[in-house]
Amino acid sequence: MRLLRVLTLAAPLLAWAQVAPERIRHDDREPGNWLTYSRNYNGQRYSPLSEITPANVGRLQAAWTYQIQQPGKFSTSPIVIGGILYITEPGGEVVALDGRTGRPVWRFSRRPPPDLHACCGAANRGLAVLGDLLFVGTLDAHLLAIDLETGKLRWDRVVADYQSGYAITVAPLAFDDKVVVGIAGGEYGIRGFIDAYDARSGRQVWRFWTIPGPGEPGNDSWAGDSWKTGGGSTWITGSYDPALRTVYWGVGNPGPDYNGDARRGDNLYTCSIVALDADTGKLRWHFQFTPHDVNDWDSAHVPVLVDDGDRKLLLVANRNGFYYVLDRVTGAFIRGVQYGKQTWASGLDDKGRPVRLPNREPSDEGTMVYPGFHGVTNWFSPSFSPLTGLFYVAVREEPAIFAKRREPYVPGQWFSGGNPSGVPKIEPTGSIRALEHASGRVAWEFPLKSPPWAGLMATAGGVVFGGSSEGMFYALDAASGKPLWHYGTGAPIFANPVSYLVNGRQQVAIAAGSGLFAFALPDR
Amino acid sequence: MRWVLGVIVCAALSGQTPRELYIAHCSGCHGPSGEGSRGPALRVAALQRANDAESLIVLLRRGIPGTEMPALAAETVADQPLRQLALYVLGLRTSNSPAAGGLEGGAELFRGKGNCLTCHRVNGEGGTSAPDLSDIGRMRQPQWLRQAVVEPQKALYDSFQGYRWTINIPDNYVLVEVTARNGDRIVGSRLNEDPFSIQIRDGDGRIRSFLKDEVREVRKQWGKTAMPSYGSVFSESELQELVQYLASLRGVR
Repeated sequence: MRLLRVLTLAAPLLAWAQVAPERIRHDDREPGNWLTYSRNYNGQRYSPLSEITPANVGRLQAAWTYQIQQPGKFSTSPIVIGGILYITEPGGEVVALDGRTGRPVWRFSRRPPPDLHACCGAANRGLAVLGDLLFVGTLDAHLLAIDLETGKLRWDRVVADYQSGYAITVAPLAFDDKVVVGIAGGEYGIRGFIDAYDARSGRQVWRFWTIPGPGEPGNDSWAGDSWKTGGGSTWITGSYDPALRTVYWGVGNPGPDYNGDARRGDNLYTCSIVALDADTGKLRWHFQFTPHDVNDWDSAHVPVLVDDGDRKLLLVANRNGFYYVLDRVTGAFIRGVQYGKQTWASGLDDKGRPVRLPNREPSDEGTMVYPGFHGVTNWFSPSFSPLTGLFYVAVREEPAIFAKRREPYVPGQWFSGGNPSGVPKIEPTGSIRALEHASGRVAWEFPLKSPPWAGLMATAGGVVFGGSSEGMFYALDAASGKPLWHYGTGAPIFANPVSYLVNGRQQVAIAAGSGLFAFALPDR
Repeated sequence: MRWVLGVIVCAALSGQTPRELYIAHCSGCHGPSGEGSRGPALRVAALQRANDAESLIVLLRRGIPGTEMPALAAETVADQPLRQLALYVLGLRTSNSPAAGGLEGGAELFRGKGNCLTCHRVNGEGGTSAPDLSDIGRMRQPQWLRQAVVEPQKALYDSFQGYRWTINIPDNYVLVEVTARNGDRIVGSRLNEDPFSIQIRDGDGRIRSFLKDEVREVRKQWGKTAMPSYGSVFSESELQELVQYLASLRGVR
């Protein structure tokens, strides 16, 4: 009898856990869950939860800490469903955690191939969910589907050859019946792409090459055969507009990074945003932020989709120092303003193309430029609050000296064509800036000590959460930027914050060092 | 077939010279000659994390968790070539061997005429308001040490020449003046800082921690140092003796 009762109770719970595509599309109906990388398809990383406010955030307390089992850079952005957090560890292990206690309830482990040489240390940024499957990319460039309930492998597809320098660190994006994934390896002379797979079977549905092949439009923006090693990685999760059936995805730097001599031309579609037909992967439009980049200014950013009345906008604060407002239906440039320190361009022309200053390219002896090779911002997420209308971005202020050199291409080996370095006597710094989203005007600024590596999350409670490179997890007033609360996690933060409900109570969480730290207000 | 292929791969690996291994696996971040780039410089007097072959081999196998430094798998570089690679990396260090003998004069100048122990400490003796110099000879070349004595503001420590992903502890000893709410001013060198707080060592050698929203002002004095110039205190031959002594300070390791 008793068993039967448990089973009948469990059945609706299981059904509830099945994440139908409409659930992700209508994220506002379940404010306590976090069902896709940026919480919603429009890339806003905004939580509609409002229990935590500027008035009470000062009382936020540690709820629990989970320590990872694998070394590497811990950059996961959890998926949260019904109080269970699904996270990735740096080597690609997937763990389900009880949101009340931080205790693991299942773990998916997979041995990477022994000859895997992860370029820049192991990293993984998170998962996608659809139906009863979680999707995770691996450092050896596989896409895996994992059972949401039990953590068992359901399918495993090879996306690319890791021995040629391809890897997956990006959190996939799932919608309708598809899962879309990008690729890393921009420092290895790869040819980048964005792939879509059938979520149930893992069968490939389409591939968009970010570097056009011979005969395709844009291939003539590459001198000779340089397109073959053109880079154009796609290592940060894009956004999706279900009404326009369009996927928006940022494209990384051209290869080799710092030496453009052999790849004369604009080098499409590197350092661009591409808008793809969600059903076919065909290019609808593109906008290139940095034509012929020679500074490693990937456009690996989460594009933020915002509607101003009937104007459908796409917002990007780019590595190159400019903030862009685009029309996401047509790709037309609406506005662009400088939002961080840069010394390489005099501004943007009326089409949004940067006007380069002379003698700022990398040289044999080295050329100093702001920003450095990590850009005015980097992969970590910006946030947009519909309440304030502000676009929040973590800003780096750090120059570099760019030296170029000639380098042969060897498959699977580092191929950057240069050697950037720090600048003596200049202490790098940074800030959090809130931009009025339509104009790009800075509404407020909160100074940081070091250039940040962590993203931001605004909440309906009127708070913006962020992390510092010294390990401070902190809360700012979303309207004024006033600091309200901070907590020392003890290690640099390379991650984005999330917020969700556990038993009706709001938690915020962020990965730092080798821990996932969760916080909540004390019991009432 | 598979093991035959394995043998060929192994043969190919052991056929690589240490220089080729370095170029393939290290130079992308550490620079072609160890000058540093995305990763720290290896062309330094001493490697901070592993300064002997055995430690370096362990480090190369494990990587450095929480950083960009990956582990080198056995299938990528086998044990024997790994040792060669470690020795090659150690060979990139700048030669900076301690001078033999004749250090008593420099030690006496440091202690007596220079009164350096008032602020600096060596092997547990001396003040703490300025950097501990117990192993300064491992980190700095004689010409740098000489400049530090004659023109200290030009030889300020510099954390940023090599690129660093994050700065756990800044070691540039920036001079900071903190003005408290009651108007008190505390001057000291910075030990650490984050967006919300700053830790300094004051003129008495005490560690002080301030929350930024509890003080009136935190002013950093870039390019300044509390250390006066000793260019007119020491003669040329005395300077040479003093620098020789400082270069001999190698710590306990």
